[in-house]
Amino acid sequence: MEFAELIKTPRVDGVVLHRPFMPTVEGTLCLTGHHLILSSRQDNTEELWLLHANIDSIEKRFVGSLGTIIVKCKDLRVIQLDIPGMEECLNIASSIEALSTLDSVSLMYPFFYRPLFEVIEDGWQLFVPEEAFKDLESMTDEWRLSEVNKDFSVCPSYPSLLTVPKDIDDESLCKAASFRHGGRFPVLSYYHKKNGMVMMRAAQPLTGTNGRRCKEDEKLINATLCAGKRGYIIDTRTIAVAQQAKARGGGFEQEANYPQWRRIHKAIERSNVLQEGLIKLVEACNDQSHSMDRWLSKLEASNWQSNVKEILTTACLAAQCIDREGASVLVHGTEGTDSTLQVTSLAQIILDPACRTIRGFEALIEREWLQAGHPFQQRCAQSAYSNGKPRSEAPVFLLFLDCVWQILRQFPCSFQFNENFLIMLFEHAYASQFGTFLGNSVAERLKLLLSQKTVSLWSWVNRPQELERFLNPLYEPNNLVIWPSVAPQSLLLWEGVFLRWNRSTKCLDEAYQEMVHIIEYNKELQNKVNSLRRQLAQLETEDGPLQTP
Amino acid sequence: MEHIRMPKVENVWLVDRSSSRRTQVGTLYLTATHTIFVGKGSEDRNELWVLHSLVCNVVKHKASQSGYPLLIHCKNFQVIQFIFPQESDCHDVYISLSRLSRPEKYEELYCFSFNPNVGKAEREHSWDFLDLKAEYSQMGLPNKLWHVSPINREYRVCDTYPADLFVPKSVTLPVIVGSSKFRSRGRFPTLSYYCKENHATICRSSQPLSGFSARCLEDEQMLQAIMKSNPESRFMYVVDTRPKLNAMANRAAGKGYENEDNYCNIKFQFIGIENIHVMRNSQQKLIEVSALRSPSMGEFLTGLENSDWLRHIKSIMEAGLFISKAVAEEGVSVLVHCSDGWDRTAQVCSVASVLLDPYYRTLKGLMVLFEKDWVSFGHRFSHRCGHLIGEAKEVSPVIDQFLECIWQLMEQFPCAFEYNEKFLISIHNHIYSCHYGNFICNSQKERKDLCIKEKTHSIWPHLWENKLDFMNPLFKPDQSQNQGLLRPSTAPYCFKYWRRLYNRFDRELHPRQSELDSLMTVKEETQQLEEELALYEQKMAVLDKEHAKTLYMQKGVLDSKQALWSLPLDTSLANTPQDYISGFIGGAPNVFTLQQGERESAEVCLYGDKTKSSDADNSDQESGVADFSSHSSGEESLPSEESVKDPDSDETGPNRA
Repeated sequence: MEFAELIKTPRVDGVVLHRPFMPTVEGTLCLTGHHLILSSRQDNTEELWLLHANIDSIEKRFVGSLGTIIVKCKDLRVIQLDIPGMEECLNIASSIEALSTLDSVSLMYPFFYRPLFEVIEDGWQLFVPEEAFKDLESMTDEWRLSEVNKDFSVCPSYPSLLTVPKDIDDESLCKAASFRHGGRFPVLSYYHKKNGMVMMRAAQPLTGTNGRRCKEDEKLINATLCAGKRGYIIDTRTIAVAQQAKARGGGFEQEANYPQWRRIHKAIERSNVLQEGLIKLVEACNDQSHSMDRWLSKLEASNWQSNVKEILTTACLAAQCIDREGASVLVHGTEGTDSTLQVTSLAQIILDPACRTIRGFEALIEREWLQAGHPFQQRCAQSAYSNGKPRSEAPVFLLFLDCVWQILRQFPCSFQFNENFLIMLFEHAYASQFGTFLGNSVAERLKLLLSQKTVSLWSWVNRPQELERFLNPLYEPNNLVIWPSVAPQSLLLWEGVFLRWNRSTKCLDEAYQEMVHIIEYNKELQNKVNSLRRQLAQLETEDGPLQTP
Repeated sequence: MEHIRMPKVENVWLVDRSSSRRTQVGTLYLTATHTIFVGKGSEDRNELWVLHSLVCNVVKHKASQSGYPLLIHCKNFQVIQFIFPQESDCHDVYISLSRLSRPEKYEELYCFSFNPNVGKAEREHSWDFLDLKAEYSQMGLPNKLWHVSPINREYRVCDTYPADLFVPKSVTLPVIVGSSKFRSRGRFPTLSYYCKENHATICRSSQPLSGFSARCLEDEQMLQAIMKSNPESRFMYVVDTRPKLNAMANRAAGKGYENEDNYCNIKFQFIGIENIHVMRNSQQKLIEVSALRSPSMGEFLTGLENSDWLRHIKSIMEAGLFISKAVAEEGVSVLVHCSDGWDRTAQVCSVASVLLDPYYRTLKGLMVLFEKDWVSFGHRFSHRCGHLIGEAKEVSPVIDQFLECIWQLMEQFPCAFEYNEKFLISIHNHIYSCHYGNFICNSQKERKDLCIKEKTHSIWPHLWENKLDFMNPLFKPDQSQNQGLLRPSTAPYCFKYWRRLYNRFDRELHPRQSELDSLMTVKEETQQLEEELALYEQKMAVLDKEHAKTLYMQKGVLDSKQALWSLPLDTSLANTPQDYISGFIGGAPNVFTLQQGERESAEVCLYGDKTKSSDADNSDQESGVADFSSHSSGEESLPSEESVKDPDSDETGPNRA
């Protein structure tokens, strides 16, 4: 096996592990193809099993012959390993570096992972476009499922099946695709049952500097409007950025060509800027200087909270247009694979109660992120401790989860899942034993044979044993549209992710446990009372005849 | 009342600053104690009552087309905007309110006219609700080392101290008198907290009049006696809560701090908490930030940082932590002082007490702490809260900071407190409202002279009666870590902006569903279920015995079909979108901003029909053009059918269940 070549020293004894808020552990360090393992071989001490894929970067230090490796993980944890012997330390460090930056996807752990549980419900088969379309069909007959992209030639980042207006034929779709960045022509993202309005998403139109137009594209999106109605195009970029895009062949919809549409520009940052923000934010959170001034100005300088606010605001606006204005909406930015998906998926959480259940949220991630072609592999290649030159990594998905968390904080009873569910998704998007977040598109995933060769995250999460941890005890289905506040006073730092390793959570965990206990005790009493009441009622009816003379 | 120029004005607009949709017209009444606005129309009459004593200031704004705006800023951070059709009305109300909100004599305060329907005996009884003597004896005092000294019975030694004070038994009267002469305003070292387990104490005083070289034998003996009253320890800490520079500057005025060379076995320590003037300015900046309409995230965070408010809270917390650790972990007594020993000293001693003793994390305990460390020890409530017209420079949010320290602790230790956030906010409100007599005057002596106990009511029984509202459902008194010392983290990110206090009246900014309220409802229901269960079990037992000959089913407390607690969702709010275009939902109504010309507002409104527009906004929204491209400026108002029936109350309880 080729991993062996990369592992120069497979095991070292007498290694000391330091983790925040945990006692230090001394033990044997082992490197395997996919894991860094530290075991003390004693009972009652937790072992460390760390996926190489979770390692973002490492630092080495030497004091005499004692080497220290600081391991910085993609889940933002920082751990320290004291390794006796300089050579061992250097070997371990270079092995970790090599193993954590494997280029080939097929060498990743999900291809080697064998589940220790029985897969009852295969997550790969759980969310297929045909099923989603059946739901849509029960509500409206205005749409059809097109196979125009079945060999991924029209749009490589789209799935093979796409929902489009019934009256638009595949030929028109191809023409519209040639007018949109990356072939991402407008497709249905969400149908609002309440009033029949829709949300579509696409990539930017390729108008270029000379104002190119495409009749098929215009026809395609106009087909989604009711007679006499107008719609909104939400461009996630500022007008200035959209203007600049023209020079590179991109652009935005001209009023003259789209008279039935009003364009709104918002200011969601490009992905490379978001990555810088994440690095700065995590740096600020890890700053040990304990000076108040530096904390707040660093938090501000990271722009992270501003990004959260802007994304949420845009999503709320889209939802508002649909629900309150009774208008259809088209969302796009540049490529239509990042900010566009943040907006369309968040708008659905606001509008559609189904998306606030566990299954519904999983389906949303499948639909609006995985099948919609968010390049997870590229975006999550590195996290906050990446020190190399950034390529295309960006915390687009993490920002989305942060926004969901903000809504969850404001509507703590409206979600079936809890914060742990969101944190779990963050972790698995960056490093996982499951294949769900591998690849950048449906086409890539098919090529990698993920559904045959790896286990789906959903197969694991949806097991009742696992699900229990992710259930929100306060959940009460709420069929209303939920409008969050986007004021800076209302938006919080997501401590569960960003301060997770910097503070003891003992007291907060206990508070959560207490909350669970309060609610479970209530349910238990409820059941007891109900069954007693039934028994009494039964006795009463049995004795009833005795009472009548 | 001679100050009311205009008892009633009709057709006044009450502007909801967060949403133009909820602006309403009505009648304004001025009474001797309240400003009352009664909304016109709809069957559920909207009333807004504002106590004059809560009014911080009244400002007339530039006239606009819709009328003459008047802004009322309250001490509980409520901001109310009225618009008058007539300039003369606006002016009259302005003049009247300016006077009414600045009483010159104590007798003008609301607590002297507040007359709930209770008998004399009951009122007097309300003042016996808390008994400090009993509280000290709960603490373990007096004992063989500490006793109550009668020396200040007539307030002759120190007129800002209470009559009863605990001092070491070994200290003679001349030593106390000598020590008091060597301390600012006679505030000699006396006991604030005694730790039964290890005999360590927290004592408090004012600064010594040491100047550059003066010393006082009696004061040195006093400290020696305090140290020796903790038999196990070989030294004591003297904590000066001021920044070193301030303390040094005081030496030039003949005041200063203890010289370690003159006092046996003391460890002297500065903890730099800033003075009342710095704190006042800091809070002013914080209030400005909290009241920003549609700030960007950058503006908000920068404003928060520039206010320095959280830095001050952190320094107070750190001081409290230092002292509580000295007492609990080292078993060493601490003497705390600042300049006069009634601001920073009170803050730090009471924060340390909350950290040290679980009792102060209970409802009753916190009340006691207020009475003991603040009221009895002469925190100058009248000056600091500006109850009467007087020195603006004496006003300072010292007590706000203490309340906020507790709130910050609650965030870190959700199970450690019996009370919840609403309790703190309610106390805050009452400190400023002058509704009850507890927080009137600057010292016990003044209160006695004014016959506060004879003429006013005490707040504590009132809060106690409503204690169900103030209970923390997560409180777990038996939890091991809630027993002893709380050790909060003082990392900067642990200090958060207290939205519920500073944006208390901006309903839109708070979570639409409240975890707290839901859990309280569940707990309440659980209690009912327990009762019902007991009843049924009893019946079953009876039935078993009598073979159920006759049975009268009593109706259950709960319908069996109701499986869970009622949905605690504020439907109207959840279902109301906000201002997502200019960012902040709380944009002032379009019409006023435009006319006041406060900002160049683009015409931003979604086109389409506008539901029910009021007469006030008539000019600006017929445009069919939605210009969302300018996301930076401008206000917008989206029509919403919910707006009309949205209830508006002056009190923002978090969402009702």
